[in-house]
Amino acid sequence: MSAKSSAKSRLYETEVLIIGGGVTGAGVMRDLALRGIHCLLIDRCDLNAGASGGNHGLLHSGGRYASSDTRTAAECRHESELIKKLAPECVDDCGGMFVAVEGDDPDFAARFPGFCQAAGIICEALSPQEARAREPALSEKIIAAYAIPDAAIDPFRLVSQNVEHARRLTGSVFLPHMELEAFQIADGRISSALCRDRRSGAAVRIRARQIVNAAGAWAMNIARLARCEDVNLLYSKGTLIVSNTRLGRGVINRLRPPGDGDILVPGGTVSLLGTSSVTVEDPDRIRPGVDEVDRILAEGAAMLPGLEDARFIRAFCGVRPLIRASGAATDGRKAGRGFSLFDHEDQGLENFATIAGGKLTTFRAMAEKTGDLVARRLGNTSMCKTATTPLPSGDAVRMTEPGRAARDWYRRAEPDDLILCECEMVPQSAVDEIVGHAPGAEDHMSLQAIALRSRIGKGACQGAFCAHRVTSYLYDCGIYDSDNGMRLMRDFVAERYRGVRPVLWGRQLPQMELAEIMHCAMAGLDIAPDEAEQ
Amino acid sequence: MKRRQRRIKTKLAVIGAGLSGFSAAIFALKRGIKTTLLGHTGALAYTTGYLDLLGARRGRLLDDPWAGLAALREDEPEHPLARLGNDEIKDAFACFTAALRDMGIGYSMPGALNRMVLLPAGIRKPTLCVPDTMLAGMEAADRRAKTLILDFAGLAGFSAAEFKANFLTTWPAITVQKIQFPGMEHGQVFPEVMARALEVPSLYAELARRISPRLDGARYVGLPAILGMHAPDEVHAAMERLLGLPVFEIPTIPPAVPGIRLRELFERALPETGLELEPQLKVQRADLRPDGITLYLHGPMEDLEVESEAVILASGRFLSGGLKAGHETLSEPLLGLPLYQPGARKDWYRREYLDRRGHRINRAGVKTDTDLRPLGGDGAPVNTRLFAAGSLLAHQDWVRQRCGTGLAIATALRAVKSAQAILS
Repeated sequence: MSAKSSAKSRLYETEVLIIGGGVTGAGVMRDLALRGIHCLLIDRCDLNAGASGGNHGLLHSGGRYASSDTRTAAECRHESELIKKLAPECVDDCGGMFVAVEGDDPDFAARFPGFCQAAGIICEALSPQEARAREPALSEKIIAAYAIPDAAIDPFRLVSQNVEHARRLTGSVFLPHMELEAFQIADGRISSALCRDRRSGAAVRIRARQIVNAAGAWAMNIARLARCEDVNLLYSKGTLIVSNTRLGRGVINRLRPPGDGDILVPGGTVSLLGTSSVTVEDPDRIRPGVDEVDRILAEGAAMLPGLEDARFIRAFCGVRPLIRASGAATDGRKAGRGFSLFDHEDQGLENFATIAGGKLTTFRAMAEKTGDLVARRLGNTSMCKTATTPLPSGDAVRMTEPGRAARDWYRRAEPDDLILCECEMVPQSAVDEIVGHAPGAEDHMSLQAIALRSRIGKGACQGAFCAHRVTSYLYDCGIYDSDNGMRLMRDFVAERYRGVRPVLWGRQLPQMELAEIMHCAMAGLDIAPDEAEQ
Repeated sequence: MKRRQRRIKTKLAVIGAGLSGFSAAIFALKRGIKTTLLGHTGALAYTTGYLDLLGARRGRLLDDPWAGLAALREDEPEHPLARLGNDEIKDAFACFTAALRDMGIGYSMPGALNRMVLLPAGIRKPTLCVPDTMLAGMEAADRRAKTLILDFAGLAGFSAAEFKANFLTTWPAITVQKIQFPGMEHGQVFPEVMARALEVPSLYAELARRISPRLDGARYVGLPAILGMHAPDEVHAAMERLLGLPVFEIPTIPPAVPGIRLRELFERALPETGLELEPQLKVQRADLRPDGITLYLHGPMEDLEVESEAVILASGRFLSGGLKAGHETLSEPLLGLPLYQPGARKDWYRREYLDRRGHRINRAGVKTDTDLRPLGGDGAPVNTRLFAAGSLLAHQDWVRQRCGTGLAIATALRAVKSAQAILS
């Protein structure tokens, strides 16, 4: 690849441009790199900015879809087994359970083992006593329970490791904050992608032989920039809430047709409860709402009564990009979870492809199918290697693992290595590692970018203290050198707040009061100069 | 082990050991009222040390807090400060700063205008009274003087480089140096520990020796607030003498020294002037009667009953436990006082964090009459002997309005005066 700068615009050249830094784009990037192909991955925000960062982190055994979509269920079963084997550092193989409580349909419960069998999913019946012995938080009103091989996965680490591996293999590059504005199209080919660096405002031209649209919920918009009308998506917003502590040993699913608040997934030291499903018109500017959170909680409490008194530290949401078949229903719960690869040849383009729909669990299969098409178009005859090649880990891509930074810090026993985030025990050295080596570090790092690649801001204080300490540290290191660092801190706390707002009651509310004292009374973020000008 | 049982009688019981509770004690003792202060210290360690009266309204900073109060009386007539007169508020600040000075920490007297003081991230904010150890910082900033800002290896959350970068356009003559704190050369250092260490003359002398060769023509020296815990003015004066320059402190993020100084000052000095202090016990229950109030406290080792003629409730907001948030409603947990509160939970907080109107929940709190007697559901005082002061009062937003100290001490003074009127 070469990057040339001119007075007005930068130019990048690559074999394959991939649009979208979610798990699909990152997976395609690694798939192609394993075939020896150089890629450039761009995202208008950063890694995991869309649904890849706004989900449960559930590695589906397929049980969830067994009753409605045997094919997707079988695909989940196959892919989750591969991921457990090839990327074990990203997975908490905690197992899972489906439970029905009084009031749920006993017929549905009774048919569940048959659904699982059809998809090849191992399903073990448990007595209510056995279920409660495994998961003491479960309600006493269980009427049926089955163990299935669900697991939890860290989507941030998964994406980072895919991008990092592609970088090592072919020198492929990830560019954050790069927004696609237009394609230059001539003779049935896209010759250039015209982008804008959203931080510097600079125009950037990217020349690539093949272009892959993996923009998730924004894939329809990207396809339309290439004058392709064949991608039709349904946007289904899902909201989740994060508890302060881990409430279950494994994944706990409600045994009924999918509804709100019926999955609890462990995320290291916390648990995630969700989701809602609300069809939205626009995937941008979504945020979790108070009403949704209350609904999720009320439903979840039927299965796990302790949720009523649990402390929740934030809510978040993502948009599932679902493929809308022509004439199909517009109910997000009922739309299929399958994926589609569009080669756009019937739209008159020979070097553009869109991969859309699908799930976190099936990302590898989506990347494989895309990689096969792109490699063939490039005349590359290598076979897909992702089903057999382990996903390598590394120091800079494992900081999202709960407790990891604390263990490294303790082992290193370096007294000058100050802890910057006390909730999650993240020290300076972890920030140094991310700033120096994490995917995207070629570019300028910010508090936001570091938080995305670590546990900073994810603990109970939600950035009240660590936002100050990390910002000060970045000034000390010279990474920040103007009042822009304060603006970035303000953006960071404003963004965290959107997730915190719907869970502000009980014990989390005094935390918010303290945060406001820290951010406004101490740091003056509400009276900073350009705030006053607005 | 058998639990100890104690009973005491007092004239005035103050619940809450924060700024409003302690200032109520100061004002009451000055009036010769036998006073007992109960409860844990709340959010005092979260203060900057600056004493704000009214620094902002609707997101705009105020030069003149007294004119700001006049405007507040027009459009926020229920604001606790709007219900007090300027003379009474000025009196509260004058008495409070004089008391602080008598006890050993110097503060500037309340003036006609706000003063623009320094915050750790390199911006300025308006306040009314300033600790003597921080005064020179405003002067240095006003004069854009060549100033050396110091920070310390191992001190998280305070960066001289950050301070400089944010003052780049308005105060360019700042140089920065990171130095090692004497005796704490490795590992994390904490402002509280540094401050206590600096009360030893040999240590501040060594610190001055480390600073001197780095001055490079600076006219002022600024450093995080670590110049002593119990005698900051002495340590500050010694540093100025040793360096031959004006020296100033900059507040740090909590838990910060200026607030701990005040707490320890109150806990040390007020009992010497007659305050009965029960900081380890929490009031669990109260029996309000027409002829007196009995408070029941339970500690880990003992139970205490306090028989009092009047009570001032200064138990703070959510962080201090003075208010509690359920899933849909807010409450005052000790007495079950009805609160002014915004409607449903979705109305508590605004959509955007830094909305300059402030969050509605911050205006929730205890409703009172002008004597600061909490009102019951019927709109009449709950009890003629019960008063409330400080941040638990309704219709204010002390964080955004920069009126925390003014609210605490001016309402404490009014509550003490109201209580005095009914004491036998």
